[in-house]
Amino acid sequence: MTADPIYGLLAEFDNPTDLVHAAKGAFDAGYRKMDAYTPYPLEEAAEAIGVHHNRVSMITLIGAMLGMCGGYSLEYWVSVINYPINAGGKPFHSWPSFIPVTFECAVLGASLACVFGMLALNGLPQPYHPVFNAPNFTSSSRDKFFLCIESQDPHFSLGDTRKFLEGYHPELVTEVPY
Amino acid sequence: MAPRIDDEIDVLPPKGVRPPVIGPGQTLGTVTDRIGGIVLTKHTPIFWFAVVAVSVGIMGILNTAIAYLLGRGTGIWGINIPVGWGFAIVNFVWWIGIGHAGTLISAILLLFKQSWRTSINRFAEGMTIFAVMQAGLFPLIHTGRPWLAAYWLFPIPNTMGVWPQFRSPLIWDVFAVSTYFTVSFLFWGIGLIPDFATLRDSAKTLMVRRIYGLLAMGWRGSARHWNRYETAYMLLAGLATPLVLSVHSVVSLDFAVSVVPGWHTTFFPPYFVAGAIFSGFAMVLILAIPFRYLYNMQDFITLRHLQNCAKVMLATGMIVAYAYILEMFMGWYSNEKYELAMVHNRLHGPYSGYYFMLVLCNIIIPQLLWFNKIRSSPLALFLISCVVQCGMWLERFVIVVMSLQRDYLPSSWGMYWFTKWDVMTLLGTMGFFTFLFFLFIRFMPAISIFEIRTLLPQSKVKE
Repeated sequence: MTADPIYGLLAEFDNPTDLVHAAKGAFDAGYRKMDAYTPYPLEEAAEAIGVHHNRVSMITLIGAMLGMCGGYSLEYWVSVINYPINAGGKPFHSWPSFIPVTFECAVLGASLACVFGMLALNGLPQPYHPVFNAPNFTSSSRDKFFLCIESQDPHFSLGDTRKFLEGYHPELVTEVPY
Repeated sequence: MAPRIDDEIDVLPPKGVRPPVIGPGQTLGTVTDRIGGIVLTKHTPIFWFAVVAVSVGIMGILNTAIAYLLGRGTGIWGINIPVGWGFAIVNFVWWIGIGHAGTLISAILLLFKQSWRTSINRFAEGMTIFAVMQAGLFPLIHTGRPWLAAYWLFPIPNTMGVWPQFRSPLIWDVFAVSTYFTVSFLFWGIGLIPDFATLRDSAKTLMVRRIYGLLAMGWRGSARHWNRYETAYMLLAGLATPLVLSVHSVVSLDFAVSVVPGWHTTFFPPYFVAGAIFSGFAMVLILAIPFRYLYNMQDFITLRHLQNCAKVMLATGMIVAYAYILEMFMGWYSNEKYELAMVHNRLHGPYSGYYFMLVLCNIIIPQLLWFNKIRSSPLALFLISCVVQCGMWLERFVIVVMSLQRDYLPSSWGMYWFTKWDVMTLLGTMGFFTFLFFLFIRFMPAISIFEIRTLLPQSKVKE
């Protein structure tokens, strides 16, 4: 056992099936502070480590509402209050012609909220993360699949967790230093 | 690496079997190397420099035309009374139409779970952004004083206390196009993040790793991140779908809300959207066919993709043909002399040659796409796409110029003669577009690496 604290233990698998199997096993064994790293979105991996719902949809809805109200209020304020102009005898508050801009503003608000909300929930941009210290981790964006059980987990113990992970026949188990 | 013609890949499979979406024998690693290799290679191909040099030269023409325009004003163009909307608006509608295929491919086909879109969505999105940039240039420069256009186009507080007129479709257009550009850019941007991470991890030099590392924002492929990422991607697709339909609808309202004969019709929005998709897919083929040949990407952009694009073109081309027939029918059915005169002017007026050329380019020649042999020949598809592109430009010319040159009062009839500056600006935007597109395929993965991985059989979890 090393004297320095470590971030966690990283197991490398060469196919998604083994990764999902190991992740399910780890979840059943009571591990919660862990993460799977895959080169493409793998729904099964997220489910295996107990990730089901997220708040992106809610944030997007809020963005859409804000955009919609903002767009319509702007049009109302400009056309009725601040700069009322009689155009072809149409009423100042001619709401049907305000719909296109309201719609576009709603889509704009929703999209900005969606993308920046997703990035914020993911904690990105993040210049440093300990998992990059593992020398073989570069292949996580190529063709390898990783499961990292973090040392913060109450069930974590270097020897037992390593033995547990090796039970799933990974290619390699490495310690991730901080 | 010299371009090669891979005969084996472009051979048609036996009757009844469709070509594969991805060539055989690919693995997660080879996909990464092949697509990432275009970007990370140290040897930039000669043709890349040649194309960039030519397009920079053409951009010089654009810059000259714009500089002279800013100095002298829009009088250097052929516009006058009665035709006040000339090339600038024709080109704007043409470019924005081309920009429609990208979002259609990436958003609508994603929602319909059409996995073949994966090979072409990235560069189609790039194409969209670059085409919308060209489109956006025209409204800006056609004001003649673009440095003042900010408060003409956008509701920006100013000391004169004037605001845009929100009852006008022209201001709807500003919001539609700028929202479309922003959302397309976000869609493209979040699609690129995981691929930038791949490039960061496979980069060979520190400098390259740093640049792509910065762009990847620390993406590490965590399952929690992917979970939110996938939600965001699907939501964005769901938002982009009504948006893409709204943009060209709003563009068509610029015309349809007026009372000018030939413009004042309710079928303009669907007609414009179909035309936009028609020309957009033609542009996808114009870019995809040389790209797959020059970079040996026949494994990833297979005959299946070309055939499917051709089918979409055929379908939307038929809708456009229907709209042309309906235009004539509505003129007759309205029983209004001005609308009837418009129809007569189309067929026998001074610009009837343009009209018959557009019928030839947009209706007659694309009928060749009914034949499987034509749909499977990259060269034929490339040529037909170029013809369609010309046809769609002519369509906008016919719509804009023909209605304006002869409206209600014969005393205000006139002709429109475009000048060399009009032609230089149009040509220049093509150079600018090509330049941006070639920069993109050299420095960013032109095919989505992480999405291609999901197409491979070994990417699935076995029960």
